[in-house]
Amino acid sequence: MTAFDSVLGVSPQVLAIRSQRTELLAANIANATTPGYKARDIDFRSAMQSAMGERAGLSMTHELHLPGPTAAGSPEQPLYRMPSQPSPDGNTVESQREHAEFMDNAVRYQASLTLLDARIRGLRTAIRGQLT
Amino acid sequence: MSLFNAIDIAATSLDAQSIRLNTISSNLANANAVSSSEDQTYRARYPVFQTLVDDAVGAYGAAAGVHVTGIQLSEQPARREFAPAHPLASDEGFIFRPAVNSVQEVANMTEASRAYQDSIEAMNTVKQLILRTLTLGR
Repeated sequence: MTAFDSVLGVSPQVLAIRSQRTELLAANIANATTPGYKARDIDFRSAMQSAMGERAGLSMTHELHLPGPTAAGSPEQPLYRMPSQPSPDGNTVESQREHAEFMDNAVRYQASLTLLDARIRGLRTAIRGQLT
Repeated sequence: MSLFNAIDIAATSLDAQSIRLNTISSNLANANAVSSSEDQTYRARYPVFQTLVDDAVGAYGAAAGVHVTGIQLSEQPARREFAPAHPLASDEGFIFRPAVNSVQEVANMTEASRAYQDSIEAMNTVKQLILRTLTLGR
């Protein structure tokens, strides 16, 4: 299994983060008219770093230490979006921005899918030993 | 798979917005319903939207849908009008009209239908992503 992981590259992690981000953005769009709702999003770079286990974070050196949100390998906490125009009901969802992010996210998801697909096809070719 | 959660979340929005559209059409339909006492007069209905925090999903527990917690009746008093010739006039000769603001209702309706369309668009995109994922490696 580990051999396959290295063959497939980072695409599986990218897809996982992208699909979680899709969920968050869908929630933002769904709550576009809910008073007081605060739009949330994740920072892709830091989410990717924590998925790859690259982020140092805090290590637990005592048994009584609590696993904090910044512990290594923990999922990235979503952040709140800063609205460009405040609204009187406290809602920070900006439809145009959420749509732009949603579309961007969907296209990048499909790009990762295409890469993953190519890798799988390459593997198949290698297994069969012929180019058909 | 978490992409299916995105569809569920968008669906909660469709539910909430359709309730909102229902109350708006009820308000508009009853805008001219005259009655002979203030208690019997129709009051405008407004849904109260709230984020479904308890059912939050996803790796972060941050993606939540929306639901309608209740329907609020408008506090605006009915408009009293002196019309003794009206068949529904009270003993003092007054009729009562609901305090429904048509302009406000139509603006509300536009927002609700836009939000509904947005959620359907999001659902469609997610559907395409799921279908493409299913064909992976074919």
